[in-house]
Amino acid sequence: MDNHKSQKSFVADGNHCSCDCSSLHTILAKYDNDSSRLMDILIAVQEKAGCIQEKAVKEIAKALNLSKVDVEQTLSFYHFFSDGAKADYAVYLNDSVVAEMMGREDIAKTFEEEVGVTFGKISEDGKIGLFNTSCIGMNDQEPAAIINQRVFTKLTPEKVRKIVIEMKNGKSIDDIVGSNVENNIKKQGPILTKDIEVGEGLKKAVEMKPETLIEEVRQSNLRGRGGAGFPTAMKWKFCREAAGDKHFVMCNADEGEPGTFKDRVILTERPEMVFEGMAIAGYAIGAEEGILYLRYEYKYMQSFLENVLQEMRSKKLLGENIFGKFNFDIRIQFGGGAYVCGEESALIESAEGKRGEPRDRPPFPVVKGYMQQPTSVNNVETLSAVVKIINKGAKWYRSLGTIDSTGTKLMSISGDCEKPGVYEMEWGFTVNDILQMVGAKDVQAVQIGGPSGNCVNPAQFNRKVAYEDLSTGGAIIIIGKERDLLKDVVLNFTNFFIEESCGSCVPCRAMTVQYRNRLEKILRGNGVAKDIEAMLEWEKVMKTNRCGLGHSAANPILTTIQNFRELYDAKLQKDTDYVSEFNLEAAVQESCKAAGRQPNLGGE
Amino acid sequence: MSKPVVATTSLAGCFGCHMSLLDIDERILDLIELVEFNKSPIDDIKTFTKECDIGIIEGGCCNSENVHVLKEFRKHCKTLVVIGECGRTGGLPAMRNNNASITECLEEAYLNCVSVQANDEKIIPNDDELPMILDRVYPCNEVVKIDYFLPGCAPRADLIWNALVALVTGDEMNLPYEVVKYD
Amino acid sequence: MSMVIITINGKEFSAKTGEMVVDVARKNGIYIPTLCNMEGVIPQGSCRICTCLIDGRTMAACTTPVSHRMNVETNNAELEKIRTTIVELLFAEGNHYCPTCERSGNCDLQALAYRFNVLVSQFKQIFPTRNVDAKNPKILIDHNRCIQCKRCIRRMGGSGKPAWFSFKDRGHKVKVNIDHELTADFTDEMAQKAMDTCPVGAILKKEKGFDVPIGRRKYDTEPIGTEIEKEGAKL
Repeated sequence: MDNHKSQKSFVADGNHCSCDCSSLHTILAKYDNDSSRLMDILIAVQEKAGCIQEKAVKEIAKALNLSKVDVEQTLSFYHFFSDGAKADYAVYLNDSVVAEMMGREDIAKTFEEEVGVTFGKISEDGKIGLFNTSCIGMNDQEPAAIINQRVFTKLTPEKVRKIVIEMKNGKSIDDIVGSNVENNIKKQGPILTKDIEVGEGLKKAVEMKPETLIEEVRQSNLRGRGGAGFPTAMKWKFCREAAGDKHFVMCNADEGEPGTFKDRVILTERPEMVFEGMAIAGYAIGAEEGILYLRYEYKYMQSFLENVLQEMRSKKLLGENIFGKFNFDIRIQFGGGAYVCGEESALIESAEGKRGEPRDRPPFPVVKGYMQQPTSVNNVETLSAVVKIINKGAKWYRSLGTIDSTGTKLMSISGDCEKPGVYEMEWGFTVNDILQMVGAKDVQAVQIGGPSGNCVNPAQFNRKVAYEDLSTGGAIIIIGKERDLLKDVVLNFTNFFIEESCGSCVPCRAMTVQYRNRLEKILRGNGVAKDIEAMLEWEKVMKTNRCGLGHSAANPILTTIQNFRELYDAKLQKDTDYVSEFNLEAAVQESCKAAGRQPNLGGE
Repeated sequence: MSKPVVATTSLAGCFGCHMSLLDIDERILDLIELVEFNKSPIDDIKTFTKECDIGIIEGGCCNSENVHVLKEFRKHCKTLVVIGECGRTGGLPAMRNNNASITECLEEAYLNCVSVQANDEKIIPNDDELPMILDRVYPCNEVVKIDYFLPGCAPRADLIWNALVALVTGDEMNLPYEVVKYD
Repeated sequence: MSMVIITINGKEFSAKTGEMVVDVARKNGIYIPTLCNMEGVIPQGSCRICTCLIDGRTMAACTTPVSHRMNVETNNAELEKIRTTIVELLFAEGNHYCPTCERSGNCDLQALAYRFNVLVSQFKQIFPTRNVDAKNPKILIDHNRCIQCKRCIRRMGGSGKPAWFSFKDRGHKVKVNIDHELTADFTDEMAQKAMDTCPVGAILKKEKGFDVPIGRRKYDTEPIGTEIEKEGAKL
């Protein structure tokens, strides 16, 4: 796939951009020449200079006592970093499934016409670069793009024309009209409802012994809301009991699963609750430091969140001697654009300034996590729920939802429906309930849990959304009858996984490509029954991958073979087990042109 | 009962696989007892004169002639056996696949290479009688269905022998470790 | 260091805690096919060829430490199919022209394909465009043959020190990146070590190759793993 999502393939224009030495040294000094802060350093240089050129790479390497290739391995991993040319305005247009559904094609075309270059390129004057990017967490307001860390949503061709004119005029990104993110909370439940004062949960928490606190969370049956569903209390218990010089709390706000945006909404609407939850987790496991790992797509929230942290510090809810009991503070760590960093050990690697490659386990992060110290990585929503659980009690929480899935779940709902947005629901609702609630008609399929989840058919719409049935981190994408499910959805998702694989495990790196190739063969009408059998068989190989991304990277294909077999069968050639895709006319075209002769295809 | 009929050809190969076939030494006499040869460089029969049971292919497809012959083989042979790396994977000729476009290859070969001495008119051969060169070298199974592959560069004579005998007699193929090699 | 008892293929063995399954198996004459793993080098678990059934789950034997009463099944038809498929994936992913390769006959990837009796890969070759890097005075890096096992990254250059080799990019574009400045004064020994570290023909010592005739190379007559299995037969 040559659908470049990065700027990296461009040849550096020697004079065009550079981060001058004095600002580079200021940046390096700000992070104490600490190699574990390489991400922050790269982000700062990228934002200052628009790219990170070889000269800067060498300087950074020298200051951090790393080699050039050490710096390059991190730099080249994240798609918002550029080692080559820069653009004054870098337009990252989301190319996820829902963006396409909402008219991305027209938007992309308008951008290309107005800027005068195709996607993946930078205008000749170096002003505007157009790039594709994976889901940016704005599925309820697509088509959307990030331009210099600002998000522009609900784009129309007219809006695009205006934005391009303003960019050409050199207007500051903050002054360009149209940057706006809506929260779209369509259903507020007990977690989102603001019915307690900031700090009340934490106050109650520190009145308990940490063990009692963990027990209370255990009683609530709270499970990780990122998707994996690991019992939160158990994670905290393991972490607390693990020996280490320090313990760490990390909040996973890297929601990269296409279709998920609920963490963005929580962090915008209830950031204090998330930070309070982190402090409670810190008290429970014995950590004094917390890190909010925030995806780079949400960079626009930075100053807002820093202000909230500052306010909480001034209220003594963070910092030293909180309620006379413990010390705890939080810093924000940004990612650089990599879905796999949502996997907890990859997230830790990234926060340490490295490539976001998942670690081998054991040891688990609760034993050896950030800086090789016991670390509890919890999802934004999980930590929010903790605040309410401590405040209102485990019994109250258990009264919500089902026995195996207690409490509520924030659902990010998008796609072909009238009311996309965030819905806080008690666990145990059915797919049909959702469809009714969001005004979805003529539904062909519902993607539960994003691309890594399950694509269900109408006969399954009475299934329950819960850990015990259809498990999900919260992304629901509704796909209408008019869509070409295999081409518009499954192929897009498969390309997403190819793009986002870290590249470490062979099956994830190479088999995803083979899956895509086989799917494309079927879409071209050249598939045979054997191709389907092969793709099903390969699942066993995918299950050997190290991390969850690798395990689920074939799910778009596998779950649609299972639930929409007829769509595949209709495209297969029957009564044969071999179809040649060789095309003589196409194959001889170039050489005939080079030799200046007419292809003679008479005999074939 | 009539003997099984065998045809052989070398496409984008070096004839090394055919040499290896001859390397079965005195067993060639047994082979003649076992099978009858039709179109093959071994007996110099140029075109198919009857339908064959086994077609043996050496080499992949680098030009339109290769494609034509391969398709003829598929048409006239019940079973197709690819012998050697070139037919199986593209082999050495396929080293151009990942390095240069066919335009670059032709320009290098006929125009730019230091050993090009007398091509003042800057002609890349373009006579209509010449096979047309393909954009890349195709392993045989990208063009037609292949039933069996015998790897090697060239495949060991014993491998070819064992496989042929098994195909003719219907016995299980005996592939000892030492004879299945990619070089 | 405490000892544990583990069961491999129905037989009990004692092992030290912290040892990886693949090493314990090797010591006891049981061969688990590996590619990215190398004795004495920090395991990485990236090729997944050593996947075994460990307590009923498919796990990489090179990164799974033993635990008391662990039950390991190193081979069955399904595991062999998985391993074979991974080998086929690697052949399709890179540009592997065995007849031209200096490592042919001594190549672990090729040897695994021989062991699994791969006559043809089930995958169409991708023929990616990759380059050959000959900038270093002592070694040559042929990215066409690289399988991204990270052995060079892990073994060459000390841990904690600036890296000589590292990855660049991600996903199917990932490649090994060599620090030309730090490796400019490579000695012959280092070049040899780098070449020996590479399981395939991606890192070659310059001016060396094809020095063992066909028939006498490492994997010409016996499958990879035979040494270990012979030891096992003696036990």
